[in-house]
Amino acid sequence: MPTRIQSLFERVKNERRAAFIAYITAGDPSPERTPEIVAALERGGVDLIELGVPFSEPIADGPVIQRGADRALRAGTNVKKVLGIARKIREHSEIPILLFTYLNPVLRYGLERLAADAKAAGIDGCLLTDLSVEEAETYVGAMRAAGLDTVFLAAPTSTDRRLELVAKYSTGFVYLVSRTGVTGERASLSDALAPLIQRTRAVTSLPLAAGFGISTPEHAGIVAKMADGVVVGSAIVRLIEKNVSDSELEAFAHSLRNKLAWSGVSAPL
Amino acid sequence: MAPLEELEQAYRAAAADPQYQAELADLLEHYAGRPTPLYYAKRLTETLGGAKIYLKREDLLHTGAHKINHCLGQILLARRMGKKRIIAETGAGQHGVATATVCALFGLECVVYMGAEDMRRQRLNVFRMRLLGASVVPVMAGSRTLKDAISEAMRDWVTNVETTYYLLGSVLGGHPYPMMIRDFQRVIGVEARTEILKREGRLPDVLLACVGGGSNAIGLFHAFIGDESVKLVGVEAGGRGAKLGEHAARFQGGAPGVLHGSQSYVLQDSDGQIALTHSISAGLDYASVGPEHAWLRDRRRAEYTSASDADALAAAVKLARTEGIIPALESAHAIAEAIRRAPADNGKIYIVNLSGRGDKDTDIYRENLPELDADPNSISV
Repeated sequence: MPTRIQSLFERVKNERRAAFIAYITAGDPSPERTPEIVAALERGGVDLIELGVPFSEPIADGPVIQRGADRALRAGTNVKKVLGIARKIREHSEIPILLFTYLNPVLRYGLERLAADAKAAGIDGCLLTDLSVEEAETYVGAMRAAGLDTVFLAAPTSTDRRLELVAKYSTGFVYLVSRTGVTGERASLSDALAPLIQRTRAVTSLPLAAGFGISTPEHAGIVAKMADGVVVGSAIVRLIEKNVSDSELEAFAHSLRNKLAWSGVSAPL
Repeated sequence: MAPLEELEQAYRAAAADPQYQAELADLLEHYAGRPTPLYYAKRLTETLGGAKIYLKREDLLHTGAHKINHCLGQILLARRMGKKRIIAETGAGQHGVATATVCALFGLECVVYMGAEDMRRQRLNVFRMRLLGASVVPVMAGSRTLKDAISEAMRDWVTNVETTYYLLGSVLGGHPYPMMIRDFQRVIGVEARTEILKREGRLPDVLLACVGGGSNAIGLFHAFIGDESVKLVGVEAGGRGAKLGEHAARFQGGAPGVLHGSQSYVLQDSDGQIALTHSISAGLDYASVGPEHAWLRDRRRAEYTSASDADALAAAVKLARTEGIIPALESAHAIAEAIRRAPADNGKIYIVNLSGRGDKDTDIYRENLPELDADPNSISV
């Protein structure tokens, strides 16, 4: 049976548009707020939620998401609470959920235990930013045995040999880092993305979603013409930091979603 | 992690290149001051009345600590790789100063990330780095110490990898760093082994070294790993207590984990969040330890113990007054362990790695030894 993530990419392909993926840090600003934020984003047209589990040393993240992790940790967020948040989201929604975190909190919780508990909480997959593909076999085995997708990152600096490993170990989709560096908003898009998409397409038929540095509807529109999914993180976390209302979050999501149709016209909601 | 692959290839090529090795050997000898003396600390030995204590004098190297060994090795590598910009993290500032030094020597741009709290504790080294032409970037995240400086340097590196070499300062980070930095530091043990055989006609019984990331310790230990009779003792920072957050004794309070790209013993809470650490010595103040030390410990080839802030201070005073050597606070932890065990070890030979000199710690010594720092006018003779 396909996972929610796999079904999503089938569906958006039929709708002739890119999938809209939003990153938020679970528990930012509080575990209670996260399900409401997810609901607002879903109303705004978000197709998949990357649910960040905060880690004290977020080396892949820029300042905006670092601060989000800080707020979530201060609110007492841990893996167990994130699983509770996922269950809460599942009470009202079938939106695909991808856990997005670092290796150490997952190791500490236990790989098999996390795989089983995440599946039971309605989570669909997992991405660990600091797990290299060379070391991924045990982790991938545990996640797949529980029926979870494993998504890996590919970067412009990745060699062809690494891209093949990323393709081998990824299910659901491959996450393309659109530029070298950490997460965060940028004024312009990188020209490194198009060649990366080409190189990755050559080794896999999985959907490709691009993130890192995509923060405006214009960026999203350009990326949607090249990739199967567009990830926006820091721009949304910055709004959460500002404590904007759910309707403002929804409106921002909507402004991005409107740019994702392959034909360039508004996608039907 | 592609940058790590590029680095490993470049390092393996350099290591096999006689010209690279010759240039490094020349710099180590004529610029840094190798070989360093193996000094018999006669008065310290007699005061303790037990084991015969030798000091490996890495404190006499240019810039005042062993860090120059791997800085020279890495700067030559960076130049071979065509990188024009060098970044580094620093805790105590010793690695930052050594990095700024080699950057000045080769005319390369130098950016050093340093926790804001460490900048406060080590103002003199901040000034030295700036005097050498480096820019020192304060890191405000987290505990504002070494781990946060490493995180920030890693973020810079992955962003600017095309132009930038990350000159890491200890046996930490992803492969090949722990291996490469160990290789650059192993000269310490190679020299010590030759010298002790010449002087004593036999191998030492115990090697002692402080362990932060563990570069000076692995440097001393490595040439002796095959000599099963030689006991290897690493000394971690016991800080001011056994509670999580009050020390940096990873082998006592830590659990297996992954931090900054290596798997080792990591001080962390039950959720896998990295714990804050404390040590009087900024260079030992880190939540993880070089993975090769974890390996040595797991196969029981090395043992790891700890010395408290107070033990380290007392050891520094003792060394200053018996030998006329003021050690770095990091190295004072190894001295403290030697002082603790020497009286019961009559007939044994110790080699303690005196990895750095104490000049940089003058402010901390003053803060902690107020009785020596009274207003000169109020001292009654």
